[in-house]
Amino acid sequence: MKKLIMSTIVALGAVATALPAWAEELSFWSWRQEDKAQYEKFIKAFEAKNPGITVKFETFEATNYNTILSTALAGGSGPDLMFARAYGGLENVANAGYLLPLDKTNVPALEKFAPAAVAAETVRSSKITYAVPFASQTMLVIYNKDLFDKNGLKEPETYDDLVKASEKLKAAGVMPFGNGTATAWQNEVMVGGIASSLMGKGFYDDLMAGKADFTDKRYVEALTKLKDITKYFPDGFIGLDYASSQQLFASGMAGMFVGGSYEIANFKKQNPKMNMGIFAMPGMKAGDQKLVAQYFDGGYAVNAKTTKKDAALKFVNFLASQEFGQMFADDLNNISAVPGVAFKDALLGEVAELNKNSIPYIMLVHFRYGEPSGSVLLQGEIQKLFGGKATPEEVGKNLTTGLAAWYAPFKK
Amino acid sequence: MARRLWITALIVPPLAFVALFVVYPIISAFAYAFFQWHGLARGEFVGFANFYKVLFTQPYADWTVNAFTHNVLVFFALMVLQNGIGFLLAYCVWRELPGAAFHRIAVFLPVVLSTIIVGFLFKLFLHPLFGVVNISLRGTGLGWLAQPWLGQGSTALWSLIIANAWHMVGFPTLVFLAGMQRIPGEILDAVRMETESEWVKISKVVWPLVAPSATVVFTLLFVGSFNWFELPYIMAGVDGSPHKSTDVLGLYFYRTAFGDQSGSGQDFGAGSALAVLIFVFIAVFAGFITFRLRKREIQI
Repeated sequence: MKKLIMSTIVALGAVATALPAWAEELSFWSWRQEDKAQYEKFIKAFEAKNPGITVKFETFEATNYNTILSTALAGGSGPDLMFARAYGGLENVANAGYLLPLDKTNVPALEKFAPAAVAAETVRSSKITYAVPFASQTMLVIYNKDLFDKNGLKEPETYDDLVKASEKLKAAGVMPFGNGTATAWQNEVMVGGIASSLMGKGFYDDLMAGKADFTDKRYVEALTKLKDITKYFPDGFIGLDYASSQQLFASGMAGMFVGGSYEIANFKKQNPKMNMGIFAMPGMKAGDQKLVAQYFDGGYAVNAKTTKKDAALKFVNFLASQEFGQMFADDLNNISAVPGVAFKDALLGEVAELNKNSIPYIMLVHFRYGEPSGSVLLQGEIQKLFGGKATPEEVGKNLTTGLAAWYAPFKK
Repeated sequence: MARRLWITALIVPPLAFVALFVVYPIISAFAYAFFQWHGLARGEFVGFANFYKVLFTQPYADWTVNAFTHNVLVFFALMVLQNGIGFLLAYCVWRELPGAAFHRIAVFLPVVLSTIIVGFLFKLFLHPLFGVVNISLRGTGLGWLAQPWLGQGSTALWSLIIANAWHMVGFPTLVFLAGMQRIPGEILDAVRMETESEWVKISKVVWPLVAPSATVVFTLLFVGSFNWFELPYIMAGVDGSPHKSTDVLGLYFYRTAFGDQSGSGQDFGAGSALAVLIFVFIAVFAGFITFRLRKREIQI
């Protein structure tokens, strides 16, 4: 009898200590495997201030994340909190009713976010926001400062400057650009990073106003110049995959790399000794506005069916706070979407500065809402352009007629 | 009674397992194909609308035809490169040409490797700058033949086909070899009295007598070619890069049903419709092939 009482007490004690922790453990899913350590640090900061709530950060491979999350949510076993994609990717999940609507009543900080950032996590038809945006990414040119200095080069002011710089690097036995386009989505990056300044803000505004489509002379001309500059890409770059092209730049074999601002952190990790600089692609003339292409990456969303809504909202509010935004920028070397973050990292500060002259990363931001998506079309068409299977005019025409399937302004 | 109970106890668990993990998913995919999907939430019943969409409306119709054509090409190319060469290798090993003992093992070794390893290996071989293929070509004065193999529409799919043939050629070899070794010695002795010609031996005796092996190998290749996914996924990516020149039904189905992180949204209905079409096509044709090939088999 005594034994029974003892074991009951022990069992009850175990339940009592386990229960609070178990009841308030939030699961948080992400596709950023490489950021696990940093997120665990952020979570510790949150847990220190919110005793009784613990957050379990789980990561999945980025390319399969959508599939895994979709399946889990459909099966009712999704996480309490999750990384959500932006734009069309968000709408896929949000329209199915899996996400909790967020507004100024449950996440007050959202009001101060940039409208473009909030729009990325808002469903267009209902105007309901479903996630706290975490970062913006910028398509630009990253260059190796040491190689530029050694060859007496400066950041180019015109397209011709860039050509001359490339020639000089080539003569010195350095690959001017490290980029390759065998990986489909890299083709879209090339357009964002190189062609934005060449097509100009005027074209973007006309496109949005329904006054221009992709057969516009400014767009076709920009693609022509894009194709011309690939003369300075590595031999056989159309067969070079993304990982190999990163290695060419990180190892110092190539002088420039057209890519997203997300590459900066990655290059720093791979080659901490390299001196990097960034610039926005110049236009044809010295006075042309230098533009980068910007988009928002994704956001933090709450599962509509979570049983721990209060705790989850507390955590999401933390993720929208300036304290978190600052840690995010400092530790992850990314442009936090939280307003008022100061960038300690000089390059990051420069990216934030370049963002002041930007147009959206067009296909991702505006043309991923129907099939065929603008991104899929553009990636394939640019591969044809680079492979000599299509002219810039044909690319412009194919993009326009392809999108006309669902994009009303292009329907004739 | 006890015996019957015993048998039931043995049969029920595997049957339940198959029902739950094989039959149920297939049937539910069939069901999914008849509904509209809003992201992941099932919408209203739409009959054959999803099938109509993937077969007859743009851009799906073009994508479907493009992917299907590639599967057909892959099937015929592998029939020659994999099964054809496999048969010849089996014949050489069976006839015990010099080095047969070594080759019997060497030919089968790649089959043991996982597709992921083979995919990455060939990606490295075909690397435009540092790949062994281009470096060898340049080193032997054939630099003009060096290509960005995986980046051109004209060479990408063939690169994948050759990688697959290298990987799997040992399998038909082994099956054919087993078939040849089953041919009774008396028949071979009788042939030897009639003719010395290897060609006659192959075409009149060996080939008809390994017909059962051919049935197995052809059917499996057919199913494999139309379900082709891993190797193109690893080497070309889910988009069938470049410009869908390596797109096959497997990749196309995956992208359509689950979306592509770097490009498009997901459509469960259209994806399920594709899965059903692929399944029905394979089942009908594989059945037909097996039936036709069985007929020409000879019992010894």
